[in-house]
Amino acid sequence: MTATLPDARGHFGQFGGRFVPEALMAALEQLEREYEAAKADPAFSAELTHLHATYSGRPSILTDAKRFAEHCGGARILLKREDLNHTGSHKINNVLGQALLTKRMGKTRVIAETGAGQHGVASATAAALLGLECVVYMGEEDTKRQALNVARMRMLGATVVPVTSGSKTLKDAVNEAMRDWVANVDNTHYLLGTVAGPHPFPMMVRDFHRVIGLEAREQTLSLTGRLPDAVVACIGGGSNAIGIFHPFLDDTDVRLIGFEAGGDGVETGRHAACIGGGLTGVFQGSRSYLMQDAEGQTIESHSISAGLDYPGVGPEHAYLNEIGRAEYRAITDKEAMDAFLVLCRTEGIIPAIESAHALAGAIKIGKELGPEAVLLVNLSGRGDKDVATAAAYFEEVGMA
Amino acid sequence: MSLLHAAFERAAAENRAALIAYIPAGFPTVEKCYDLVRAIVDGGADIVEIGWPYSDPLMDGPIIQQAAEMALHNGAHATDVLNTVSVVGDAGAVPLVMSYWNLIERYGVEAFAHDLKAAGGVGVITPDLTPEEAGPWMAATDSDEIDRIFLVAPSSTDQRLNIVTDATTGFVYAASLMGVTGTRASVSSHAAELVARTREVTSLPIAVGLGVSTPAQAAEVAQYADGVIVGSAYVKAVLDADSHEEAVIAVRSLSAALAQGVRRS
Repeated sequence: MTATLPDARGHFGQFGGRFVPEALMAALEQLEREYEAAKADPAFSAELTHLHATYSGRPSILTDAKRFAEHCGGARILLKREDLNHTGSHKINNVLGQALLTKRMGKTRVIAETGAGQHGVASATAAALLGLECVVYMGEEDTKRQALNVARMRMLGATVVPVTSGSKTLKDAVNEAMRDWVANVDNTHYLLGTVAGPHPFPMMVRDFHRVIGLEAREQTLSLTGRLPDAVVACIGGGSNAIGIFHPFLDDTDVRLIGFEAGGDGVETGRHAACIGGGLTGVFQGSRSYLMQDAEGQTIESHSISAGLDYPGVGPEHAYLNEIGRAEYRAITDKEAMDAFLVLCRTEGIIPAIESAHALAGAIKIGKELGPEAVLLVNLSGRGDKDVATAAAYFEEVGMA
Repeated sequence: MSLLHAAFERAAAENRAALIAYIPAGFPTVEKCYDLVRAIVDGGADIVEIGWPYSDPLMDGPIIQQAAEMALHNGAHATDVLNTVSVVGDAGAVPLVMSYWNLIERYGVEAFAHDLKAAGGVGVITPDLTPEEAGPWMAATDSDEIDRIFLVAPSSTDQRLNIVTDATTGFVYAASLMGVTGTRASVSSHAAELVARTREVTSLPIAVGLGVSTPAQAAEVAQYADGVIVGSAYVKAVLDADSHEEAVIAVRSLSAALAQGVRRS
């Protein structure tokens, strides 16, 4: 049922589609054709699987987080360890797929947007591996906040372009990447980093991340002999969440729960919770929920997590929310940072602040469901990149 | 006959292309924009596109981005767009709106077509809406007799040229190049070819925009197109002026020079 979407025009119910300049339509149609052909080509799948096994480190393991579980009402907590992938997050799954596709299309250059820098680093990595030119657009504010990742991208051979338009953050980096793509579409692929944007990106990026959920479903079955009661993930654009949710869509007894960035609290207006606090609209290529004012102007989002600090969300999540198949809730900065520290000190794992939103969600859901419950939690990235942000936060609030 | 159609007919009868100017509403302020619009029309523009400033203008280059940011910063709202449309009509030119899709959708598709009609507007250019996603918009514009102007681009396949021109009324907007708005040193070599390919599938007038900014470029485009669209050059003239009075003079002069340019010799 739901697992067969999108339809031929990229719609998930009323969401998704293609809202782009005509100049990009031919490129999107080409991308869709080439992706469908690649998907049907065993050689393409074999090459990607080979890279997973010999380069990025798949399958990622499942960790039974027993000491962390004590903070979750005693529910059993299984962490899907995407943080152990090469480059430190789930992002590598998508970039390897799209980079292979770029070669297949005969294009020689990739462009990418990045917020915290994780997708930029992953893109630069895949480009280096496959011999592609790589240009990464990054809001000027973010280049300052994430100087380490800027240095990593440059070391990997990518050109990092600071974006000075608009709010100088992730959404403006997407705008700038789109402008580059329109002008250079003959030789350039836009390696979009999340399940947003025009069709076929939400479908294609999801498919490249489904490996997370496929592995985790089998691993959970083999470890516990049953399916989890709930699958928990953080949501910015929503790529790690859709990756782990999607293989469970038809397991209707399994609750799928996404945790958006609540920032200072959804009621304050300073947040990035599009589903919980946004309105339906069209933004950066597709219809979904977004943070906008009464006249449709985009509102700036706020989150301590740069990777979740985006005023839009993928259209498939909007759809899953609308039909009630997945639930979406908000986690404040404080709740996320509390969970961040709990994981550090109970399991010896420093999570990405993005993933800490999922961990905070697991603490809530575990308490709600009780000690018999099994929760599968996507630990989408590691926290090395966030050490400075976290240290500053804990110093400010007088913790740690 | 629609006002838009009449404007193209009149230009053709005078052996010239129609001059289509673009200026964002509320730029640099709502009131000052009214003065600019009157000067642009006074200088000789046949049609004026009023841009609806948007927070995420992904088809626009740095010049128009800056103008949109200024307009939003100075408090431009939907009602200002409609009021500026009325100023265009009162000044004697044909008013259009150019808007990214989310703004119209948030306003309400039917309500916008209706209110635009009431303000004297005759058409809307939607740079990020393709016919495939335009179902409700087609119905609303049909019902209020608003022209809906879609774009063709050098990358449009023949199949897409058919889809786009079938859905379009008023005139076809031919984006001359693969890129965003802005001034360029020369007119794209793709423009003439795109117009020729588009003519094979439609009898609608065809206007060329993107990267046309000087009278010489306007003259070149007027040789093969029915309309010449100039946007960034107007905005730049305002940004470069030292005072509002100078800006008004500058856009009037630009219109006058471009109006000479679009005459076919």
